[in-house]
Amino acid sequence: MGRVRGRQWALGAVALVAAASAGIGAAGPAGAQERGATLRIAVTQEVDSLNPFLSYTRTGTDILRTVFEQLNTASAADMSPEPGLAERWEPAEDKLTWTYTIRQGANWSDGQPITAEDVAFTFDLMLTDEVARTANGSYTANWESVTAPDERTVVVKTKTPQTTMTALDIPIVPEHVWAGVDVGAEPAFPMVGSGPFVVTEFKESQYTRLRANKSYWRGAPKVEGIDFVYYKNSDAAVQALRNGEVDLVNGLTPTQFDALAGDADIERNNAKGKRFNELIMNPGAATADGQPIGDGHPALADARLRRAIAQAIDTKTLVDKVSGGYATEGGGYIPPLFSTYAWTPPADKARRFDLAAANTALDAAGYARGGDGVRVDPASGRPLDLRIMLHASKTFDTQSAQYIQGWLRDIGIATSLQAVSDNALNEATTGGAFDLVYSGWNGNPDPDYILSLQTCAARPNADGKGATPDSFFCDPDYDRLYAQQAAEFDPAKRAEIVKRMQEVLYDQAPMTILTYDNALEAYRKDRFAEFTVSPQPDGFIMNQQSYWGYYSATPLAGGAPSNTGTVVAVVAGAAVLLGGAVAFVLTRRRKATADDRE
Amino acid sequence: MTDALAPAEAATEPAAPAGGGGLGRYLAAKVGAALLSLALIVVLGFLLFRALLPGDAVRTMTRGRPVSAEGLAELERQYGLDLPLWRQFLRYLGNLAQGDLEQSYTFRVPVIQKIGERLGPTLLLVGVGTLIAVALGLWLGQRTAWRRDSPFDRTATGVALVLWSAPTFWVGLLLLSATSGLFPSGGITYPDTPPGFWPQALDTAHHMVLPTLTLVAVVYAQYQLVMRTSLIEEMHADHLLTARAKGLTDDQVRRRHAVPNALLPTVTLVFLHLGLVVSGAITVETVFSWPGLGLLISEALRAPDYPLLQGTFLVLAAAVVVMNLIADLLYRVLDPRVRAA
Repeated sequence: MGRVRGRQWALGAVALVAAASAGIGAAGPAGAQERGATLRIAVTQEVDSLNPFLSYTRTGTDILRTVFEQLNTASAADMSPEPGLAERWEPAEDKLTWTYTIRQGANWSDGQPITAEDVAFTFDLMLTDEVARTANGSYTANWESVTAPDERTVVVKTKTPQTTMTALDIPIVPEHVWAGVDVGAEPAFPMVGSGPFVVTEFKESQYTRLRANKSYWRGAPKVEGIDFVYYKNSDAAVQALRNGEVDLVNGLTPTQFDALAGDADIERNNAKGKRFNELIMNPGAATADGQPIGDGHPALADARLRRAIAQAIDTKTLVDKVSGGYATEGGGYIPPLFSTYAWTPPADKARRFDLAAANTALDAAGYARGGDGVRVDPASGRPLDLRIMLHASKTFDTQSAQYIQGWLRDIGIATSLQAVSDNALNEATTGGAFDLVYSGWNGNPDPDYILSLQTCAARPNADGKGATPDSFFCDPDYDRLYAQQAAEFDPAKRAEIVKRMQEVLYDQAPMTILTYDNALEAYRKDRFAEFTVSPQPDGFIMNQQSYWGYYSATPLAGGAPSNTGTVVAVVAGAAVLLGGAVAFVLTRRRKATADDRE
Repeated sequence: MTDALAPAEAATEPAAPAGGGGLGRYLAAKVGAALLSLALIVVLGFLLFRALLPGDAVRTMTRGRPVSAEGLAELERQYGLDLPLWRQFLRYLGNLAQGDLEQSYTFRVPVIQKIGERLGPTLLLVGVGTLIAVALGLWLGQRTAWRRDSPFDRTATGVALVLWSAPTFWVGLLLLSATSGLFPSGGITYPDTPPGFWPQALDTAHHMVLPTLTLVAVVYAQYQLVMRTSLIEEMHADHLLTARAKGLTDDQVRRRHAVPNALLPTVTLVFLHLGLVVSGAITVETVFSWPGLGLLISEALRAPDYPLLQGTFLVLAAAVVVMNLIADLLYRVLDPRVRAA
């Protein structure tokens, strides 16, 4: 009896598995292959909102840049300002009045002409409505007034000279749609826009569908549309690319990127990235009015100690061993990708990795070794026992910290590693409660914001609010240069000043730049031709400052432009699966009844 | 996902003998206790995230975007974060009294609307997953108990224990790569599926296979093990001997006399677990980007989006309390001994 039952059980299981695999076989591959000429992109960050005034996530702004043309767009070649909605722009002699001439003949996606009134309406809204300033208010915070003297001209007056006037990352919205609408509400779809694509559907946490804007002034895109599909898990996103469920993925880890090497249908793009990783050395955190806060080790106020620590970190090893070669060694504050403003330490000033030299420098500065080999701060008498705080979630931090701990031990500095959540780390950083802490930022084509993080004004007020501090650096020379560059409209002269600021940072070493991460992307080369990267030649396809990558999407012939096949296959597969399950249950029941009669 | 056994034991303890008993008193005591728990949850929901979660909501959300100090202050004012904590709490209570769970920072829509949108996918996944897990667990539990120490028992119990102790995340990813390309890697539907009911339903079913399998794999063991244990206890009962003496087959004895008695603790467990399983789906939803409550919570934790966290915490905790209450009441209905006590 037992044996009979066992066999039935086994047979049932086999039947179920067979039914399931039949269904799978029908549904799976077809679901992956046939699709229209739609570019499907996996994104691993959720879209917060598609309201152009509210969205501040990377994914949200990336989508909105392809939907709303801005006054200036960043060129594909080097991200320098290029005509967008504005054909021409000009600052007046006083450096405070900017006149933009709006393009003739460009239309909104609903056919209405784009005029200067639309631009003035958008800016005015941001000047008068707090909610409209949520995402991009920093650009207009310094503005006096906005006017549209005629259909083609917009005049903006600023209170003080502002260098970002040709890099205003502000979506311009149509007045005839947005006038009288609650500016904080989610927009209706399809959303009337001016860029190469139009958002037609948004399912939060699932996907955003964009269709081509056939009346786009540069000409309609070559794809029918773009689907941004959300994957919470990046391994799942990579799997989706392998399966052909999506065509383009970014934000890959070195491991994922290497694993895709063998796939004949996948092209990988190893781009130079916008991001730098830094190790901040608490130079004596204080509030904006100079009151010390936090509990940083007092010895770190000494620039000689900070320089020695920076010299004891071998960035080459970090690039090779931790980032798998997919990074560039750290140097200046602005990533080399932003070639106009990036600064590389010249040979005579560069600190090359040298433990012996670091040891000599510390000896000379009076940090004598104690009995346990750990140096002692002569001023406070405290041993150099430092905390290194790192993001527990970031592989780069956890792995590189091990190396750094070893190198610092070699120069007589003891360390303890504190791996914490991102929020805990940010909170500690803001409150100055750290010795050494990992941080990192994404650069922008305009360096103003990233430079502002190191000014005295970036330090918080007494209750830790009111600003976003990075290193608590406060240096009069640096601040003077910051003010100078902010008023310098000549890019070459401004770049000169910006480079001098980076020299100050490098010399004072409130932080040391460890690496610049590469941006690792991959796409299906069996379905799409090469994309336009920005900047060129080593740039990226996604998260550009503009829309060139998405706009350039060119489907290859052979990709079947129909999804009927998919649906039929899915239907058939699911039906077989369900049928199999029902059949299985029925047989089991019949057998069970038979048992009862025994 | 090793969650449910402890509360099950706590709840199956017989109710404190209320001198004189009576259904009314019993009900009142249970409902009262549930209401008290709910009140505690309301307070805890507010304090927990603000006290324990580090981070500055406004700064985290705007990190990486050029935002001035004035911009940050403006956002804090919009969110009411510039108020002292006790005033924020009063505001929260006031809003709650009117059934308003406030507005999410990240999504800028009412929390209650957000939860409503996400409840459906979670209930679908958890509902189907639990049904399968319960059915599978109970069935395997009976079989393994009845044929204790057989190779079948050893294998089935071993497999159940291994799956139960395996990390959900890992099981999910393993299934994903093992079935490479047969099932969707994430989401609930493809964007290009036609809008009709059947295409959508079938596409959803296709997307559900892996998350459901993962969920079942990590939770069914507890039903199996509890069923197995309680049936083994039952197997030596005298009334089974009587049943056999009456000439019933082994199978009939098991089905008609042993299993009904052994079901009691399992039913309680199922109801207790129903409350917990929604939150237990967080990991599964994260692996497969299933747009349910779990995914919402993991997004909310990042900011931290206090209103959203409070809201979801309230809903999930209330679900546990309500299910507890149902389990208590159901136990009374099912087991005459509790009624007599």
